[in-house]
Amino acid sequence: MKNSIAHRIADFLKDFPPFNFLNAEELLNISQESEVLYVDKGNILFREGEQMHDFFYIVHKGAIQLQKFKNEQYETLDTCDEGDIFGLRPLFAEENYIMNAIAEEESIVYGIPINQFKPLTESNKKVGNFLIQSFATNTRNPYAREDKGKLFFGNQVVEPISNSPLFELQPAPIIKKIVTTSPETTIKSAAQLMSRRKVGSILVTKTDIPVGILTDEDFRNSIATGDYSIDTTVDKIMSSPVVCYPKNVTIAQAQITMMKHNINHICITEDGTPNTRVVGILSEHDIMVSQGNSPSVLMKAIQRSRSTKELKKIRNKINLLLGGYIQNNIPLTHISKLIFELNDATIKRVISRCVIKLQQEPPVSFAWLSMGSQGRKEQLLQTDQDNAIIFADPPEGKLEETRAYFLQLATKVNKRLMIVGYEYCPADMMAKNPRWCLSLSEWKAQVSKWIKEPGPDEILLSNIFFDYDITFGDSRLSNILSDYILKLIDNHPKFLSVMGSNALRNPSPLGFFRQFLVEQDGEKKDFFDLKKRGLQPLTESARLLILSYKIKNLSNTAERFDRLAQLEPKNKELFEGCSYASKALLKFRTRQGLQNRDSGRFIDLSKLNKEDKMKLKRAFKSIKAVQDLIKVRFETVNVI
Amino acid sequence: MLDWFKKDESHLPEFWQKYSAKFDNNRKDQLIAETTFVVLDTETTGFDQDKDRILSIGCVKVSNNKLLVSDSFEIYLKQEKFNPDTVEIHGLIKHERFETITEEKALQLFLKYIGNSVLVAHHAGFDINMINAAMKRNQLPKLKNQVLDTGVLYRKTRIISNFIDQHKNYTLDEIALAYNIDLKDRHTAIGDAFITAIAFLKILGRLKRKKLKELFKK
Repeated sequence: MKNSIAHRIADFLKDFPPFNFLNAEELLNISQESEVLYVDKGNILFREGEQMHDFFYIVHKGAIQLQKFKNEQYETLDTCDEGDIFGLRPLFAEENYIMNAIAEEESIVYGIPINQFKPLTESNKKVGNFLIQSFATNTRNPYAREDKGKLFFGNQVVEPISNSPLFELQPAPIIKKIVTTSPETTIKSAAQLMSRRKVGSILVTKTDIPVGILTDEDFRNSIATGDYSIDTTVDKIMSSPVVCYPKNVTIAQAQITMMKHNINHICITEDGTPNTRVVGILSEHDIMVSQGNSPSVLMKAIQRSRSTKELKKIRNKINLLLGGYIQNNIPLTHISKLIFELNDATIKRVISRCVIKLQQEPPVSFAWLSMGSQGRKEQLLQTDQDNAIIFADPPEGKLEETRAYFLQLATKVNKRLMIVGYEYCPADMMAKNPRWCLSLSEWKAQVSKWIKEPGPDEILLSNIFFDYDITFGDSRLSNILSDYILKLIDNHPKFLSVMGSNALRNPSPLGFFRQFLVEQDGEKKDFFDLKKRGLQPLTESARLLILSYKIKNLSNTAERFDRLAQLEPKNKELFEGCSYASKALLKFRTRQGLQNRDSGRFIDLSKLNKEDKMKLKRAFKSIKAVQDLIKVRFETVNVI
Repeated sequence: MLDWFKKDESHLPEFWQKYSAKFDNNRKDQLIAETTFVVLDTETTGFDQDKDRILSIGCVKVSNNKLLVSDSFEIYLKQEKFNPDTVEIHGLIKHERFETITEEKALQLFLKYIGNSVLVAHHAGFDINMINAAMKRNQLPKLKNQVLDTGVLYRKTRIISNFIDQHKNYTLDEIALAYNIDLKDRHTAIGDAFITAIAFLKILGRLKRKKLKELFKK
């Protein structure tokens, strides 16, 4: 019988080592006996000590984390994403697995049959070598990623392991796909080559021997100043001689050399002198990137990223960073700010890349609003995306045409954000939904409907939409809308009192005997809902109070309470308590979420220790206090 | 069950009787993780279940979050009835390229393959009706398997909210987009069956139900 699925699998495999070394027939035979696995987030594919499977694995979609139990906790050895292979142990040793493979996110994994594959590792040297190296180095791909251009195929570099404490002593990451030119080339054509290849520097070589290096800076100093014409040959302006090193140079050596000579690049030659063949180049930027998880490096990496996949990898690093911060008990205000900025940069980068992809300038100015937790700068874990677009009123008769452009843009952006890791909003509150991609006038009409006739749905929508933060575009648009909203609320006092009763619908999370109120039924029966009973009442109270003071552009819950404490000295203590509670609960949720690889929303009380329970109870006291204040101040009416 | 309550099937062909005999056990407490699902799709000459015919059937078997590539099912039928309008959609040209078999032989192989598994298809009603119409033409009773529809199941994964249409019919393309599934080989029976299978696994992951019967609840 024909087997089209095997073809489909083979077509995927052929792009990744070691499968790229196989011929079509071998690939198809392997694929025919393969399996396709679905691994839900947090599920374990194999665990330490488990018997070998008949398959080894390659990630098709998603990410699988390899971890080992060390010093009483799980340590991540590696994260495999699309095209990475893992679970190789059964190919080499008749032993049980020595690590866990756990799904970092929902994943589709292909299982490759070991019985069919093993003969190929023996008959095909390249396949065998690749697998041995993968297995031995414990990294899935012994070739540096940049190596895929295969310019100097065969000299493998091991990727430095950035979280190692001895990072500086690791071999430096060498780029082997380098752009070179000859000394006789004109400056003009060298510049053209550089912009075509999108590089900031170019190596000048003579029969593969490095004679000089040319950087953007040289152009600035020699051409832009008028000292040389663009028809001069490059040897007149290049920096020479080139600083060279052999290829096992450590990161520490490279950094010191760069500092000493005030240069950004080091040339790697066969014996480390300028007299032998070039084998690669080392740049300051790449060292920074391999250093990995520092916020400034991640920020740069986001701004330079060229693909959604790259952004996704950076996002995974951001999560590691977040985990480290929470573990080391860094103040939440600091964590939120950093993570917000990184999130914000990611979304900005996605939007600006999509605008370019559309190959058409936006017809009118627009603002991309992030709402919900990202809008409040409280999105630490990746949760859902909530967003909307406001576009300036287009000329008459052009409304739908204009909307069509922004819907197209939003569809692209929403999809890419989903791939990066922000799931689609389950209630479709996203800019790609025509209901939330509106002109400024339409938005005004929309919000005035909510404020003038506040029913349950209208309040729910206001709660989501009124916490926006402008992520991209023209802030005048969002400011006009904010002013409009505040003015309307002023004229319709009923709105705030309905919003107030809504904020009270989830009363104090502690029961009469100071026990926790848990969910009564459903899938989460007996779990405590931290969002509904803890964070949400605080968020809603803060929003209501801050709206009543007509303050715009302040959407973070803790910051709102801090401002309220300044505004009302007599309630200072109460509001400061709320500010503290909202930070404490958010941190608690983040820690829970990181631990359980979920949104951290539902808490299994039986797993909490006494101290945590006390902390939660203390936070809940503040909720009760602020709710009492609202009850009195807004004369809440029962409409819900 | 009492014997006289059973229909007499002795006049039916042996392959039917073998198939039919597999449906005795009680599945009240069966777990999803222990159930074999056959995810299927058919390509047809059109949408009329009396006049149109099945051109191909593609199936994959899913159990315990796994799909074995070697255990997939892909057949192409010899059909005299032929509608040139729909050929372009699925690129199946009459008799071309593929080894084709008769409708009767196809049903025989299909019944042997599916056994008593739970059938899954996107907008399953259509595919099941087309297969049952073919069964009828070949003097066979209707399929006895339980059937799940990924269109209906997907709707269950969506939250209950006034802001989304609770009755919307989702196309396979929409679900694939939402779940980021590649649309390779779309509009071939086996290609669509594979896409549906991945969607089905992702839906099960989201629904987090344990028992099979919970999937059939309204």
